[in-house]
Amino acid sequence: MKLEAIKNFTAGQARIITKNKFGVFGSVVLLFFGLVGILTPWLAPHDPWVSLYGADGCLAMLRPPCLEFPLGTTIMGRDILSQMVYATRTTVLIGLVSGLISIIIGANFGLLSGYYGGKLDEILMRFTDIVYGMPFLPFLIVLIALFGRSLWFVIIAICCIVWRTSARVIRAQTLAIKQRQFILAAKARGCSNFRIIYKHIMPNLLPLLLLYTSFNIAWSILAEAGASFLGFGDPSNLSWGGMLYNLWISGKVRTAWWWFAWPSICIILLVSSLVFISRAYEEIANPRLKQR
Amino acid sequence: MAILEVHNLKQYFYLNPGLLARLAEGAKPRVIKAVDGVSFNIEVGEIIGLAGESGCGKSTCCLAIAKLREPTAGTIQYKGRDITHMSKLEILEYRREVQIIFQDPYESLNPRFTIFDLVAEPLRALRIGNRWELYRVVVDVLAMVGLDPDEYKDRYPHQLSGGERQRVGIAQALVLDPELVIADEPLSMLDVSIRAGILDLIRNLSKRMQFSCIYVSHDLSILSNISERLIIMYLGKIMELGATRDIITDPLHPYTRALISAVPIPDPAHQRPVPNIKGEVSQDFDLPTGCRFQGRCPRVMEVCRTEDPTLTEVRSGHFTACHLY
Amino acid sequence: MKRILLEIKNLKTSYRTEKGTVKAVDGVTLYIKENEVFGLVGESGCGKSTLIRSIMRLLPQSAQMTAEMLRFSGYDLLSMTESEFREKILWQEISLVPQSAMNALNPVYRVGNQIMEAIRAHREDDKVERVRKTEDLFHLVGLQSAFMKSYPHELSGGMRQRAMIAMSLVLEPALIIMDEPTTGLDVLVQERILRKLKLIRQTWMERSGATASILLITHDISVIAEMSDRIGIMYSGQLMEMASAMDLFYEPYHPYTLGLKNSFPSILALDSDLISIPGAPPNLIEEIPGCVFAARCPFAIPECREIRPEFREVKPDHFIACIRTDHVEDFRRLAGVKSTWQS
Repeated sequence: MKLEAIKNFTAGQARIITKNKFGVFGSVVLLFFGLVGILTPWLAPHDPWVSLYGADGCLAMLRPPCLEFPLGTTIMGRDILSQMVYATRTTVLIGLVSGLISIIIGANFGLLSGYYGGKLDEILMRFTDIVYGMPFLPFLIVLIALFGRSLWFVIIAICCIVWRTSARVIRAQTLAIKQRQFILAAKARGCSNFRIIYKHIMPNLLPLLLLYTSFNIAWSILAEAGASFLGFGDPSNLSWGGMLYNLWISGKVRTAWWWFAWPSICIILLVSSLVFISRAYEEIANPRLKQR
Repeated sequence: MAILEVHNLKQYFYLNPGLLARLAEGAKPRVIKAVDGVSFNIEVGEIIGLAGESGCGKSTCCLAIAKLREPTAGTIQYKGRDITHMSKLEILEYRREVQIIFQDPYESLNPRFTIFDLVAEPLRALRIGNRWELYRVVVDVLAMVGLDPDEYKDRYPHQLSGGERQRVGIAQALVLDPELVIADEPLSMLDVSIRAGILDLIRNLSKRMQFSCIYVSHDLSILSNISERLIIMYLGKIMELGATRDIITDPLHPYTRALISAVPIPDPAHQRPVPNIKGEVSQDFDLPTGCRFQGRCPRVMEVCRTEDPTLTEVRSGHFTACHLY
Repeated sequence: MKRILLEIKNLKTSYRTEKGTVKAVDGVTLYIKENEVFGLVGESGCGKSTLIRSIMRLLPQSAQMTAEMLRFSGYDLLSMTESEFREKILWQEISLVPQSAMNALNPVYRVGNQIMEAIRAHREDDKVERVRKTEDLFHLVGLQSAFMKSYPHELSGGMRQRAMIAMSLVLEPALIIMDEPTTGLDVLVQERILRKLKLIRQTWMERSGATASILLITHDISVIAEMSDRIGIMYSGQLMEMASAMDLFYEPYHPYTLGLKNSFPSILALDSDLISIPGAPPNLIEEIPGCVFAARCPFAIPECREIRPEFREVKPDHFIACIRTDHVEDFRRLAGVKSTWQS
């Protein structure tokens, strides 16, 4: 019974996404990056940290894309293709984890705040306001200064800021749905508050939730890229932003275009694909956007 | 034997006036006395009608009985037990026995649930029955309300017509096998040619499943057809109470008389008398002392302006709150 | 003999939607005479609102309207241009009180001002005249002139409805179209408004000899019975029956009419059995061969599903769309029996 429901659900979502062209493009790109992230060990031709030697026997330093090194090499002679593959995994993982954690936090804040109202609403929303005032980078810097560099700190810092918008929006929508008669009916039939929130209200928020999940993941990726580029990422787990950081400190930005191009293009592609997918949901969450 | 006894039920809403109003008039919080001392009984197995225009407090009464709103004062006794102060567990027990059919079939069904899930939800929420028992009960109830289970159970509300949706609403209310059903204007949003079917359904099921019913409506034509006894409310109080036949053929209260003469008759040859009533409907705040109907009553007397009449038995089983008697 | 005021022949209006073409009005032929109340009865989705919009030229872009004839008091409405229609017909000859009209008042302007605006837009430029006319109209609909200074939210639903009716009378039109004028109002308020409507027509007649016809649209058969001189029964975009009120109620022909009569409880018949028509109105997108009511009709024969019945005159001024009128005596008898409708 449950398997049926899950199958129906994913089929339904797939239909929604593929209904418009953006959604199709977005999902293709996402699928691609996802696969790369999963099949990393098999796809990367070399170890991304090892300095390689070219066919001619010399250190393969700053080689532009060629047959031997399809995406070129870094200043340390490391294969950019391999680095890209490993970095994809890191970036996608961070994006997914941060995005999902932040939507879970944001959704629950919004649902509980909107449903219960009163004191709880006050407290939660004031807390949200405070967090709105928190700046991302300084917070990350403080964490690093106190506890050292780690992938997890990046994730924590991202989560702390990305959940804010979704909380407010979901709260507004919860308030609207709470007024509807089927919620009163659910109460009359004996449903507990918990059941009403998660079984009755939340499914009606689904388009909005999925929309904000896509957004949150996109923002997380951007935030991570920015932080890593500025040097606050985790050096042992390479990400696209991290690669750009390495490029920057090597001083070869002007010359090694390939080192710059691939990470940047991928960041743009991945973030846009998420935004495109969220467009498909936006049309449902806000039916007025549907074309006549 | 009465299944429900309502004693002096009151529901007041306090409005805080705005800052300017408070400065201008001097802090007078407005009180809306939506229900102002209502007492009546529902006998086991009967269908009693609760009639009145909008703003008379009938829906508010319903919500209080359904425990969806806490009354300001008064008691409600279900099977002899006071339900106004109950623990959470007791409330759930109560919900098994007292259910409500809502007015708007387009709004009272969660659009994300299948019909099966909708009807199963009360059972699931109260954790009654295992998977197979649940299935059996839901299928039976769907068949009972006239919806073929195989055809409907996997559909969604938006795929159903208004009449079909209302049947689902009725199924939801009846799946717990309640003893008392509150029907809050279940027909008003339905097309006229299907109303008769739903009304019949409610009437037949009431006999078959043996539940009492309080049927709320502003439509006296419908109430005259389905209810055995009738309560007429005006601005939060009961004006008249008695057997439907008695009230319709021999209305005592001037308000009831006006209401009945205002009901249109589906017969072009029939000449209806002009309702004997003055003025517009009054507001439910700042009520005058004395009878709340005084401003509109064609037979108002001095005593009406000072004393609020109480509900008294004028003929056998026929009560009214009027100084004329 | 009253003259014919509005004559419609074979009006068809369809909307283009993403799911297909919706034939909201599918060949309606009717006429309204001078100084009469014509009641149009139909349930939701039968096309009555579209019919009004077709007459009043208030259709959206995606709609297409065709008709063999659409004449009003000597004007050919089909061949008129937009501006001609707006200048000569709209509000002056034909006015409209739309559904939920009480919500159509602009909430930021006083009620009296809105009516005076309507007067100014069409005729009177003298302020004193306008005020006088507005007061006059208020009295006509039974509102105290003090309410001219009120905002819409300060008035009750019934009063706002009366204000909208006053607005429709501003230019003393010959035809007033009212779409569900009392739906959503309490019975006492409804009663008063309907009584006022009768009074208004009488007052006008006495005062200036001007007559007004009303096209009253509602789903409430009781209201129609009390108000109308003639009645049209609409179903799924077509007219099923059209006759005088007495004829329709005492000698109905169409099975749908018979079914509708059964399903209305009357306060005078306390123990009557209510019978409902099984099934639901059809989807207006589907092409239905034959009679649109055949699927729910207990008297349908195979021919009913093949040929679309002609809307023809079976008695003077009594029109019907049914091929089985010869069995009408049996139908009338059988319709009162519950088992006939349970197939």
